[in-house]
Amino acid sequence: MNAKAMTEKYISRGLVYAVLLIAAAFFLTPLYVMVATSFKDAEQIRSGNLLSLPNSLNLDSWRLAWDSACTGVDCRGLKPYFLNSVVMAVPAVLLSTAWGAINGYVLSMWKFKGSEMLFGFMLFGVFMPFQVVLLPMSQVLGYLGLSSSLGGLVLVHCLAGLAGTTLFFRNYYAAIPRELVNAARMDGAGFWRIFWRIVVPMSTPILMVTLIWQFTSIWNDFLFGVAFSGADSKPITVGLNNMANTSSSVKSYNVDMAAAVIAGLPTMLVYVLAGQYFVKGLTAGAVKG
Amino acid sequence: MKSLENIIPKLVIAPGLVLGFAFIYGFMVWNGVLSVTASRMLPSYDEFVGLEQYVRLWEMDRWRLALKNLGIFSVLYVGGSMALGMGLAIFLDQKVRLEGVLRTVYLYPMALSFIVTGTAWKWMLNPSLGLEKLMHDLGWASFSFDWLVQSDTAIYCVVIAGIWQSAGFAMALSLAGLRGIDDSIIKAAQMDGASLPRIYWRIILPILRPVVFSTVLVLSHLSIKSFDLVMALTAGGPGYASDVPATFMYVMSFTRGQIGLGAASATMMLATVAAIVVPYLYSELRTKPHER
Repeated sequence: MNAKAMTEKYISRGLVYAVLLIAAAFFLTPLYVMVATSFKDAEQIRSGNLLSLPNSLNLDSWRLAWDSACTGVDCRGLKPYFLNSVVMAVPAVLLSTAWGAINGYVLSMWKFKGSEMLFGFMLFGVFMPFQVVLLPMSQVLGYLGLSSSLGGLVLVHCLAGLAGTTLFFRNYYAAIPRELVNAARMDGAGFWRIFWRIVVPMSTPILMVTLIWQFTSIWNDFLFGVAFSGADSKPITVGLNNMANTSSSVKSYNVDMAAAVIAGLPTMLVYVLAGQYFVKGLTAGAVKG
Repeated sequence: MKSLENIIPKLVIAPGLVLGFAFIYGFMVWNGVLSVTASRMLPSYDEFVGLEQYVRLWEMDRWRLALKNLGIFSVLYVGGSMALGMGLAIFLDQKVRLEGVLRTVYLYPMALSFIVTGTAWKWMLNPSLGLEKLMHDLGWASFSFDWLVQSDTAIYCVVIAGIWQSAGFAMALSLAGLRGIDDSIIKAAQMDGASLPRIYWRIILPILRPVVFSTVLVLSHLSIKSFDLVMALTAGGPGYASDVPATFMYVMSFTRGQIGLGAASATMMLATVAAIVVPYLYSELRTKPHER
């Protein structure tokens, strides 16, 4: 390679890395700003700027955001909302995942006349704008006595997530060789035996993908949370939004940022620990059918 | 025994299908019914008003503004996320070090709630202590940035935060597509003397068309449904200047006591999403080889 080609190569490599690093800075800056701001006191926020480092690791805003910041007259911080989200998300994630697994098993290995078409119609549930279900659902929750309750939110999330979880499992199970199932049927294994002995043990990857996907979307949901919750059943996203949009005279951005980090922490943690499954869920969500 | 074997799968899937279809299609019809009633604070099915709510809807300035905002937001959000994501994927595909770390960094906003994103960007874009103060401190004294509180620019702040959140998603899909392309295609074109940018533009991009298509589709339907980000960042304000159909629907149905009107706007959103998604789903299901 001659000198000119070498220089060109170095310049183009440099350019590639420069672009990638600038982009990384663009994505990381808001996270830095959130964390840095949460450690500042009001004085530092006034005198410093977005990028300035906090003087010390002042945890006051975190304490306030967690259990004593006020939203209107309610001064309990984010804690009750956080607990609501946990109580709501755990059963909703488990139920919608288990339900999707069973549906996906039937729709891939026990197909019957018309099952493909039913699956096709079910798929629209992944894309539909949930605004359409808000008004009927709130009436149904009323009939069931579940208005403004965490139980109602669990039910809504199970129904809303069903199309997606069914899709995940159905597509995954469709790739399992049919010979395996047919052989088991020859040996006299029935529907449930095949499910528990053959299908479930092969399901770990798709279980991870679905659990993470459901947890992320249910934890992050705001639409159902704001429409169907009552005073004591608001999830974390609603709590955060109310806190950050409360029209008090003094805006405490440090408390807002601590609250935002707290609200984002569980899903961030899952992403860092199991990012590969999260990415698989995202890509599976786009490549359907 | 044989017949029992045949009936079990159907029994097992029945609840999922019945409740799933009730949730999707039953509620769709129910919402449609509400939209032709005079319901205000509470749903009422006594008075049939035909398409009156739809006429009212389309005569409202607020609804038209919401649609205009949605148009601005969708085009810039989908286009911006796609361009940035695809660009990053191409740069990442140049056999760089730390690719895994960079990928993780680009994609982490997708794991966050739009409410978290909105809260963070609201602080960064606030006119007094945010970006403006930063630029002043850096020595650019005349810099002024008050888009968030101006009626005609607030929606662009939503676009910025939206692209920040979703570009990584476009990157992940594009990268997966790029990894599926045989290296020898690029090598052969290089042998012929084509420059790298030209190769990407003329050869790689056309191959990636299906990936681009599905990414744009997913982002478009997300943009039509976008609600959280607007609520957290601008709450539709100032006034209703950055309203989008989803916030319009929520406000009309749950705070303004205009349930009939809210239902009509939900139907319009449904029609828009269906127009985009149904042809895609149809073609996906049609081209799929059937195993049986």
